[in-house]
Amino acid sequence: MGGGALQPSLLGLLLLPRCCCTAAGPAGAVWPQPQAQRSPLGGGRCLVPARRFRFAAANGSAVGPGCAVLDAAFQRYWPLLFGCPRPTSPGDNGDPHCLLLIMAVCPMSCSWLPGVLCVQYYINETEIVDFPRFPHRGLLLDTSRHYLPLRAILETLDVMAYNKFNVFHWHIVDDPSFPYESSTFPELSKQGAFNAMTHVYTASDVRTVIEHARLRGIRVIPEFDTPGHTLSWGPGAPGLLTPCYLGATPSGVYGPINPIVNSTYQFVTSLFQEVSSVFPDFFLHLGGDEVDFTCWKSNPEIRAFMREMGFGEDYKKLESFYIQRLLNIVSSLGKGYIVWQEVFDNDVKLRPDTIIHVWKENGMLYLNEMANVTRAGYQALLSAPWYLNRISYGQDWIEAYKVEPLNFPGSPEQKALVMGGEACMWGEYVDVTNLTPRLWPRAGAVAERLWSNETVGNVEDAYARLAEFRCTLLRRGVQAQPLFIGYCDQEFSGA
Amino acid sequence: MGRAMGLVGLLLGIVLVPAVLVSTGLHHGVRRTEAEPEPSSWELAVDAVSEDSLWPLPQWVRTSSRQLQLAPSRFQLVHGAGSSAGPGCGLLQDAFRRYYEYMFGHSWRRVRGRKPLAARGEPELFQLQVVIEAEDPGCDTHPHPTSSEAYHLTVTEPVAILKAYEVWGALRGKIYANFMTFLVNESEINDFPRFAHRGILLDTARHYLPLKSILTNLDAMAFNKFNVLHWHIVDDQSFPYQSIYFPELSDKGAYASNLIYTPADVRLVIEYARLRGIRVIPEFDTPGHTQSWGKGQKDLLTPCYSGRQPAGTFGPVNPIWNTTYDFMAKFFKEISSVFPDAYIHLGGDEVDFSCWKSNPEVKEFMKRQGFGTDYAQLESYYVQNILDIVSSYNKGQMVWQEVFDHKAQLKPDTVVQVWMANNYAHELSSVTGAGLTAVLSAPWYLDYISYGQDWKKYYSVEPLNFLGSEKQKKLVIGGEACLWGEFVDATNLTPRLWPRASAVGERLWSSSNVTNLQDAYKRLVSHRCRMLR
Repeated sequence: MGGGALQPSLLGLLLLPRCCCTAAGPAGAVWPQPQAQRSPLGGGRCLVPARRFRFAAANGSAVGPGCAVLDAAFQRYWPLLFGCPRPTSPGDNGDPHCLLLIMAVCPMSCSWLPGVLCVQYYINETEIVDFPRFPHRGLLLDTSRHYLPLRAILETLDVMAYNKFNVFHWHIVDDPSFPYESSTFPELSKQGAFNAMTHVYTASDVRTVIEHARLRGIRVIPEFDTPGHTLSWGPGAPGLLTPCYLGATPSGVYGPINPIVNSTYQFVTSLFQEVSSVFPDFFLHLGGDEVDFTCWKSNPEIRAFMREMGFGEDYKKLESFYIQRLLNIVSSLGKGYIVWQEVFDNDVKLRPDTIIHVWKENGMLYLNEMANVTRAGYQALLSAPWYLNRISYGQDWIEAYKVEPLNFPGSPEQKALVMGGEACMWGEYVDVTNLTPRLWPRAGAVAERLWSNETVGNVEDAYARLAEFRCTLLRRGVQAQPLFIGYCDQEFSGA
Repeated sequence: MGRAMGLVGLLLGIVLVPAVLVSTGLHHGVRRTEAEPEPSSWELAVDAVSEDSLWPLPQWVRTSSRQLQLAPSRFQLVHGAGSSAGPGCGLLQDAFRRYYEYMFGHSWRRVRGRKPLAARGEPELFQLQVVIEAEDPGCDTHPHPTSSEAYHLTVTEPVAILKAYEVWGALRGKIYANFMTFLVNESEINDFPRFAHRGILLDTARHYLPLKSILTNLDAMAFNKFNVLHWHIVDDQSFPYQSIYFPELSDKGAYASNLIYTPADVRLVIEYARLRGIRVIPEFDTPGHTQSWGKGQKDLLTPCYSGRQPAGTFGPVNPIWNTTYDFMAKFFKEISSVFPDAYIHLGGDEVDFSCWKSNPEVKEFMKRQGFGTDYAQLESYYVQNILDIVSSYNKGQMVWQEVFDHKAQLKPDTVVQVWMANNYAHELSSVTGAGLTAVLSAPWYLDYISYGQDWKKYYSVEPLNFLGSEKQKKLVIGGEACLWGEFVDATNLTPRLWPRASAVGERLWSSSNVTNLQDAYKRLVSHRCRMLR
């Protein structure tokens, strides 16, 4: 602890002026590994006088004070570096609690409060040139199997930023519950949430998430998965789901969305109109996975429709019929879309800029799927090997880390169609009690795979850096679990 | 999940047989063969609570549909008439306060302003009276292996009565006060544990656990009627126990100077556990698993050789020097006085012989002792010495199964902990066949996580499902859920352990015929929600 090392990762593209007088010290670990990081030969280290240190726009920067994103980032990063809020006025000695902590650490005189004991911060003379390998580096949270309180989502966004993730894929509704409060169809959450008063996301919650994400350079892509995975929609939208039949009579249970009635498409149009305006990102995730045909098959009206349309017994055609119309609706709203791989597998006609999300692991067959999707000229996102909800004993981050998303047979043009990937934390066994330790630092393995150069792959080196990064997360109050045996200088203190 | 459902769940409480409840004398050490209610009422009881959230399920329950209401401003937990315990019983006073908080928590402050509950139709329950029947209630003692944990609870208008022979039973019964909130059904519970030893192992050596984590875990243990904290306090990786005689051990062997348990910390853990009826059994595992001891105690570990030269590395405790036993005698003297429990766990597992084999002095000693090349004999020689030392301090001993497997001479009251997953039923047969008591852990290594509802696997274990006589089965005194610390620290301890360990808790407390997974799922889900509160 004495003589804290600054985390260079926070400094991004900052180029430090030559200011150094003493020899360079041991460098801290950086996660994810930058594309290029260099300490000049014979370079030294700089004392960083915490009290006077500030972030500022450099000469020649296109933006200056008043840029909300940078101003907010400057404010956030200062305490991340020094462990306490920045003192406000020159005469102010800062948060007394913070000073107390600092005083206990190392016996050196300090420029910030003369005569008392204080930590000194140093940074090695360093130049970092960095850029992401893939533009889409996402994390999926599922708020339908279990409700996640707003603060859990916001905290996840913070940690995503530390890991350079830039897409929050919000799997917001599904069969078990509908926590999204719709202004057009308020009955959906009233009838479909676990608890309509407490287990919902209000319009203001959603805005908070989007703004919190924006300030951290993170896009929010909501997923409203249809026509399957919609049981919770039913109670609040009568007539939307397909009534299943037992013999000649309705059995009282419901299946996927009913694709054969016009009212369905009116509903879907209104709902996605709302969703398109609430969520500013260009893309929506439309789902389209795991449609169970048994209920459709049981329904006589649907069977009649199948005959009428000449679909025969191929219910995939009916699914495509629905999806096709949905895609047209969403296109007409001026949005792009991401869909799960089944939509591609079932030969639905897609716009060329559609992104196909590959999720079926099938051993290593997901690589074939990546090849097929890109050969057809579509962009692809990889999640199959990164279902982090599937836990197992031991250091399973290594498996996630070793994945090479471009390791499939295909031309350079095909490889260029891989936009990136997403780590998925499905919610069957996850709620706010275990989300953070289950997610971090395991998702960090995916983050580095998607950000860093493909040559960065040494597991031992990654272990050392990731273990240290996890200690950094603990210091920032994030409940990240250990990789293996050991300790951090500052352990998690909550219980 | 809201309040409505919470209340409904709680309403389905238990209930009343006014004539029957009068005097059920509870006696020290109720065995599972006694007190078993006739089958018909048992069946009935199980049905009656199947939708309830009782966990672990009591041995015998009756409920009526008649409901009583509780007014937080008037309800009290008090000592009943004829109880040998009174206001001087700090343990019960502390429990009264704790359970009042569990029952009404923050919510009672919210409802205080509302119109009096008496405006409702139900009769009111005013008190929970606790009656301790033993002459000496044991308020200032520590729980021990033969403490009586049986209790009898009747909830009728206007007072509920909780009878127990000793305070430990009262603590177990009072857990169910946690189930009462604003409305409770009239009910009667007659309950006692199936096994006497119901433990959780925490490992504070692979990762340090802050005191707060340990205390939180003790609370969760009490909710699940666990009664033993097996504190695997030191191991190869670190030595966080601050010894009074040998402070160098933690000075050099802890991960960092702040990652230690001071004598005050240890006392706090023991007292916090005692107030919840939980024994604390420390484990100081030797001769293997001791790398961290070597840093602060020179010449304790065996120097390993590479050819004829010391390799600079060290192996298990050196069993051939007298200084080793001088050290251990003094060290365990301290441990015996610091930890009040009647038992100390001495480890004895996974001794790696390769270092001993490399050391010429050890080889020479083997020859002199006539051990040939059987290093298991050397291990037993060491363990025997340690057992003798610890016996001389009047402490009982727990050991891992290898000590038994390697044929050390064990005192008859030694507890052998069976941990190897491979054919553990056979091991239970052997241990009990040799007349020794056994504790089962093999199927309950909760650090081994997997995807899905693995609690079912733990729940479906039947500890007595091995070949052996009735007498042998009686020698199985319980089990322990183990959460080894390779991948666990304060960040993930609680969600990883609970409610998975609750499955083990019910298996060890409730009757052997409580095995329905669907019913258990429903009760366990409510139980988890209650633990979240």
